[in-house]
Amino acid sequence: MKKFAYFPGCSLEKMASSYHKSALETTKYFDIELQELDDWNCCGATTYFHLDEILANTLVARNLALAEKEGLDLVAPCSACYKNAYFTTKYFRKDPELAEHINFALEEDDLHFDAKIDVYHLIEIFVNDVGAEKIKEGVQNPLEGLVIAPYYGCQIERPGKGVPESEDPSYFEDLISAMGAKPAYFPERLRCCGGSLIMTSRVPALDMVKVLLASAERNGAHVIATACPLCQVNLECYQSAVNEEFGTDFNLPVLYFTQLLGLALGIAPDKLGIGAELVSAAPVFNKLLPKEAS
Amino acid sequence: MTSKPTFRDEIANLLYASQGSPTNACIQCGTCSGTCPVANYMDQTPRRLIGMINANLKEDVLDCNTYWFCASCYHCTVRCPADIDIAGVMYAIKRYSIWNKTYREDLVGPRFSEAFMKTVIRSGRSYEPLLAPTYMFHFGPKEFFNEAVNASKMMLKGRIPVLPPRIKRLDNFKNMVKKIIPLGENS
Repeated sequence: MKKFAYFPGCSLEKMASSYHKSALETTKYFDIELQELDDWNCCGATTYFHLDEILANTLVARNLALAEKEGLDLVAPCSACYKNAYFTTKYFRKDPELAEHINFALEEDDLHFDAKIDVYHLIEIFVNDVGAEKIKEGVQNPLEGLVIAPYYGCQIERPGKGVPESEDPSYFEDLISAMGAKPAYFPERLRCCGGSLIMTSRVPALDMVKVLLASAERNGAHVIATACPLCQVNLECYQSAVNEEFGTDFNLPVLYFTQLLGLALGIAPDKLGIGAELVSAAPVFNKLLPKEAS
Repeated sequence: MTSKPTFRDEIANLLYASQGSPTNACIQCGTCSGTCPVANYMDQTPRRLIGMINANLKEDVLDCNTYWFCASCYHCTVRCPADIDIAGVMYAIKRYSIWNKTYREDLVGPRFSEAFMKTVIRSGRSYEPLLAPTYMFHFGPKEFFNEAVNASKMMLKGRIPVLPPRIKRLDNFKNMVKKIIPLGENS
């Protein structure tokens, strides 16, 4: 059994609890343990960095230090949390002065960080540690007939891990194929959804959501798969606001990739948190039903 | 007499953790503006803003909505052929405008960020309902209504916490924060 320290982040407690549930179910299926960090704090998403960089990095580092104390690499299911943890680790390694500042503050909570651990996004665990072959073997109900738009979003790949593939990744598509579904051609898959602007710059953010929904719909997707709670809430819960603002008629389900994977693995929908959607996921099941009936 | 730093120098000095080149490496190619998903809504496109920083047009730079409309998606940063961390520049001007209180009054972004930060410093966690007043009152009646309806729908689906969460070792956490930023007694 492989074990990781798990940093759910604030969104997964309530707003995205279905992501939390389905992440735990699907990793357990492949014998991977996600051990939740004890007493983790908010990593600040993008907003700490609007105020002070050293403080922002320190608050991120507290969670990293909690994971290091357990001797485990850190997994974050939220792309914003992941980006913060990844880059704080990177800056910490590069800049001894920053490292000193951080540890000076962490002392107050009897913590210390040495950047000995690595940081992964949850999707990387399925792509690298489980792998497409094992996923294919585990699939009980192949999602045949379902066209899924793979939405990477912005912060998994950017600001860049220094690899050219960041502009044209394919692992999300491969994951969808392994579930037995068809990945939709989705040229906007790396475009930002505007999640960080939805509270502060409403119309631009809704416009960004509209572009993504239109692209997914135009390319025949039945559902959008996301790997980030901010993307999911933005694309799903603000769909009616998009329709109101732009006179559109979108009604496209948006699920976490772990929920779709869970369905393919034969895990019961309620265990995957399905049912908490504002845009009903029923069309997804309607696509899958005829096959089960035959 | 010693010379004073220009606005361009000030911004360059704020790019503490950013990677890459200073703004004067900009070749004005416009890849950032072509890439930016919010450019249509900005007073000045990212390319123009960088040009304005390099020309030391301090007041004009600080007076536009561009940097507070940046969604921090880093698409410009990874594509910049001159290797400027443009999203990092936007962050730097955001901080500059908060520290110097030079942001535009009609923008929600800076107030939201400050409220978010205060919530986290008090409890260790973020809590959406406490932040709502920072942006809800900037909405028109239609937006206000829509947001309220949306929030109640999410509440019904169990997606909004009723009580604000807080971490266990909150005193240690607050002391940790104080070691970096001195806080007033009421924080």
